[in-house]
Amino acid sequence: MSLPYVGQPGTPTEQLTDGADNPQNGTKPGLDSLPASTADLKRIALELRRQIVIMIGKAGSGHPGGSLSAVEIVTSLLFAVMRHDPANPKWPGRDRLVLSKGHAAPVLYAALATAGYFPKDWLNSLRKIGSPLQGHPYARSTPGVEISTGSLGQGLSVAVGMALAGRLDRADYRVYAVVGDGESDEGQIWEAAMAAGHYRLDNLVGILDYNGLQIDGPNREVMNVEPLADKWRSFGWHVQEVDGHDFAQLLSALATAADVKGQPSMIVARTTKGKGVSFMENVVDFHGKAPTAEQVELALRELIDV
Amino acid sequence: MKLGMATREAYGRTLVALGRENPNVVVLDADLAKSTMTKMFADEFPERFFDSGVAEQNMVGMAAGLASCGKIVFASSFAVFLPGRCFDQLRMSVAYSGTNVKLAATHAGITVGEDGASHQAIEDVALIRSLPGIKIIVPADELAAAWATRVAASNDGPFYLRLGRPKSPLIYAGEERFALGKAIELRDGGDATIIANGRMVAEALAAADVCASDGIAVRVLDLHTVEPIDREAIVKAAVETGAIVVAEEHLLNGGTGSAVSQVVVEEYPVPIEFVAIRQCHGQSGDPDGLLRAYGLTAEHIVSAVQKAIARKR
Repeated sequence: MSLPYVGQPGTPTEQLTDGADNPQNGTKPGLDSLPASTADLKRIALELRRQIVIMIGKAGSGHPGGSLSAVEIVTSLLFAVMRHDPANPKWPGRDRLVLSKGHAAPVLYAALATAGYFPKDWLNSLRKIGSPLQGHPYARSTPGVEISTGSLGQGLSVAVGMALAGRLDRADYRVYAVVGDGESDEGQIWEAAMAAGHYRLDNLVGILDYNGLQIDGPNREVMNVEPLADKWRSFGWHVQEVDGHDFAQLLSALATAADVKGQPSMIVARTTKGKGVSFMENVVDFHGKAPTAEQVELALRELIDV
Repeated sequence: MKLGMATREAYGRTLVALGRENPNVVVLDADLAKSTMTKMFADEFPERFFDSGVAEQNMVGMAAGLASCGKIVFASSFAVFLPGRCFDQLRMSVAYSGTNVKLAATHAGITVGEDGASHQAIEDVALIRSLPGIKIIVPADELAAAWATRVAASNDGPFYLRLGRPKSPLIYAGEERFALGKAIELRDGGDATIIANGRMVAEALAAADVCASDGIAVRVLDLHTVEPIDREAIVKAAVETGAIVVAEEHLLNGGTGSAVSQVVVEEYPVPIEFVAIRQCHGQSGDPDGLLRAYGLTAEHIVSAVQKAIARKR
């Protein structure tokens, strides 16, 4: 647990004047081997799903449902859209990813490991004493995790702050926040929504993992969150609705979001909780239950082909 | 004792100075800028001031986000809302994350006065003390508050500054050397020690005068930094004076008295008496009247000193 935390707070930097000579801007390539094709992304998504199932199985606890539903979202961001450098996680010009629905840590860990932020064998230590991979994201121990999350509703506010900082510094990085539908019950989400709309943060993109289920059951039975798209629109956000497992739709929406001016963007991504593992799909119990060793084997047999 | 400016005003003025010195300083408020005095900063540096509206939880999150991008962030509201309204946000996004956020909470304590219990934060130090990683400063006057604001800005990591609404009695003349985590000895004495902070430092000095006229030599320590606590000065006081009174404008449970007791009990047990608000809520009234009604005056400190001395073995 000795890794420093993200952002080097408190270190005064030179005042930034315009974009041209701004060290936080730039065209520094992200991953050396940025996948070009949807086929590549599908291959990565399959690998992430396998890692998610394996690591939660090994940990004996965790949240498979909401991790599997967000696989295409996180894959699109980290392997196709975001400008980042796994060899230099604190590069000031990086795009930021905030996993506001922190319980989906396994999908983030799998993606960060695959991208090269840390060795893949760290995944075997998930949720164990002394592990850099805590049950919910901990920024001070995991390279690539921007802010500690896990108490719902807070990550989007942090993302708003990051977007304000980017604008203040005239930096051209973007901030992405992955939000849950159950998380949208939290009042703080709407405080953040109001603030992002008020400050017209067009460098902020939210992606709502709309899998329809939360711990106690379907959203519509536990606490109705609809009409979600209208809510975000009414808070001043540009809203797109997509199939959250369709890379073409996700990438297109993310490209559109990048061009939106004068308002933040929300992509409402319709997803399936537990996606990719037949016995987990749309099963409420797999929100926060680990698969048994036998179930891991069964799941891996399904997760073999794109 | 001569009145100086309120500690919140000293904070507001120092923020402006910091803003001029360091372009990385940003300030957030939750629709209370005129009261917390962050408006002075907002007027001069509008581009570096962000109002969250009446949404303290979001303000704390925004502060954490700005800090994670390298900003030195001051976030202000009334102490009842910060930490009261946003404890979990402080826990997750500030303390646990270790973000460089300076929480400057004004209108702390019973001396808020007429607004009553809903606006009198008398449990805030206890709440913040329960969060690992946040340094706590309770300044006694305008000079101490100005120093506290500067020391928070120049030290990495989360701080909590506890600031008051009314004008504060002037304790310091300007030549003192404040140091983070180092109590200031304002009077020396060998019969007992009064450890106080914030508004209660003035009462402690007045109490020491009364004791002196009765032939009791009382040491007075301004324990402006509650976290990290000055163990050395506390132990020295226990060893050399054998009796301690802790005076704070706060509930008994979990505040400065608790912090001092933990050190004394662990290191060198001596009798301790507490001048604090017993387990009850505040009420409306004028600040000085409330200090009397809730047992927070020099007179109360004097009787606590007598009790503590009587308990010496």
